[in-house]
Amino acid sequence: MKTLAGWILSSPATLAVSLFLIIPVAATISVTFTAPGGTFAPYVDFFSSGFQRTVLWRTFEIAAITTVISLILGLLTAYVVSRSAPWMKSVLIVLAVFPLLTGVVVRSFAWLIILGRNGVLNNSLEWLGVIERPLSLLYTQTSVVLALIYIFIPLMILVLIGVLENIPDDLLQASASLGASPTRTFVQVVLPLATPGLIVGAVLVFTASFTSYATPHLLGGTRQMTMGTFLHQRAMTSFDWTSASTVAAIMVVVIVTTVLVMTRLAKRLNPMAS
Amino acid sequence: MTNRIHPLLILMTILVYIFLLGPLIIIFGASVSDTTFLAFPPQGLTLHWFENIWEISAFRRTIVTSLQVAFLGTFFALLIGIPAAYALNRHRIHLPGWLSTLFVLPILVPEIVIGFSLLRSVNVGLGAPVFATLLIGHTLLVLPYVVRVISASLASFDFSIEEAAISLGSHPVKSFFTIVLPNIRSGVIAAFILAFITSINDVSVSLFLTGPGISTLPIQILAHVEQFFDPTVASVSVLLMGLTIIVMVIVERTLGLTIVAK
Repeated sequence: MKTLAGWILSSPATLAVSLFLIIPVAATISVTFTAPGGTFAPYVDFFSSGFQRTVLWRTFEIAAITTVISLILGLLTAYVVSRSAPWMKSVLIVLAVFPLLTGVVVRSFAWLIILGRNGVLNNSLEWLGVIERPLSLLYTQTSVVLALIYIFIPLMILVLIGVLENIPDDLLQASASLGASPTRTFVQVVLPLATPGLIVGAVLVFTASFTSYATPHLLGGTRQMTMGTFLHQRAMTSFDWTSASTVAAIMVVVIVTTVLVMTRLAKRLNPMAS
Repeated sequence: MTNRIHPLLILMTILVYIFLLGPLIIIFGASVSDTTFLAFPPQGLTLHWFENIWEISAFRRTIVTSLQVAFLGTFFALLIGIPAAYALNRHRIHLPGWLSTLFVLPILVPEIVIGFSLLRSVNVGLGAPVFATLLIGHTLLVLPYVVRVISASLASFDFSIEEAAISLGSHPVKSFFTIVLPNIRSGVIAAFILAFITSINDVSVSLFLTGPGISTLPIQILAHVEQFFDPTVASVSVLLMGLTIIVMVIVERTLGLTIVAK
């Protein structure tokens, strides 16, 4: 009876996910294997084009740099926040949640105002006399990475505050009373205990930047295409759905592999488990 | 405790927070600028660009569509997500472990792939109208948040109260509505708000599911930025930030903001 009730109650959601997610995505991936020209023809096509290899590599690079920088800045910031006085901590958390809840389009758009030809940065540099003519700061890999770091740092900070708060204060006090300097305590006590959380944060930021659309679209344009903007261009400008499906399939493989490998790594590196 | 943090670390944290909030302040400044192009600091002050939002019919239409999709999508996600979360908590031992993984799949699969696949299979394949496909996409998008937040509040609910009611002769369905639901009310409110804000801000799922006449606000913003580089988008952004502040206050009052970080 109980089993039946459980199944009945969860069936509408199960049905929705199966019908509108699993089947459509499986169909998208399967067309890449039944395309005319052979089973792997779309993949051979994809990887034989230098341009498309560049897009894939660039997306990797952008996501990796974004992840590493967000990880470092996020960890240090989260450490300070988690050690702050309670009222200060609440204020800092609220200030990190606010950008997180503000949409990606709005936050990417902010960087258009800052990095544009007549943007805040160019105007300030001209006013200071550092440059004479405005620099082209937009539509570069740097502008995309900068905006993505901006988008994902709040997420990283919030994930890591949660992780650092779970580290018992006694451990840090024990370390200090045994004579370790704050830096040594951080490296030898905090860092190992935070590793599983750092991996979770890294996976979240990497997968989200790898699959992002709005930020590379606004700040990278067609000059700095990533897998997301390329998928859209293939589907809606070239109307080449087989090619778009191939891009989609590669994205799914990259994301699923990353998540599986990293969650396994997180389990293995968890000092609490051993 | 605070005095043990290295001053350089505190300086860096301050810089990170300036980096986090500076750009949002710049948007605010640009939205009231008296110029026809985006400028910061604002040259003269005007609220013209806020009026302009309502004068541009495309913005009016997409704001209405975005609100409709967010309300309906969240409603449907709650409709199917609450029973699922209830089953997962109440009957967990009778259900396979993969079932809970199934409901977070929409987060695991890249949003842009979900959008494209729905376009291919549901919109073009099944001939479903654009609005219906968009609604399906948003329901899927927010379902994981609903299941997770509701599960979190059910985890702290003592099911023996419900069992007591049932053993005293109350119908299970009635017991759910009179005993379980009131107890997880704040979870439902938080789930609604999180889902709503996620839906309102979504780009990647909506990207492929908008057609002639039907678009959502973030997609319209992207289109507008490309054509006109005027402060209208900055004022729309300020309105969206205002919405975010309202949402934060409500979340803080109901469940506490920590729910957002989970």
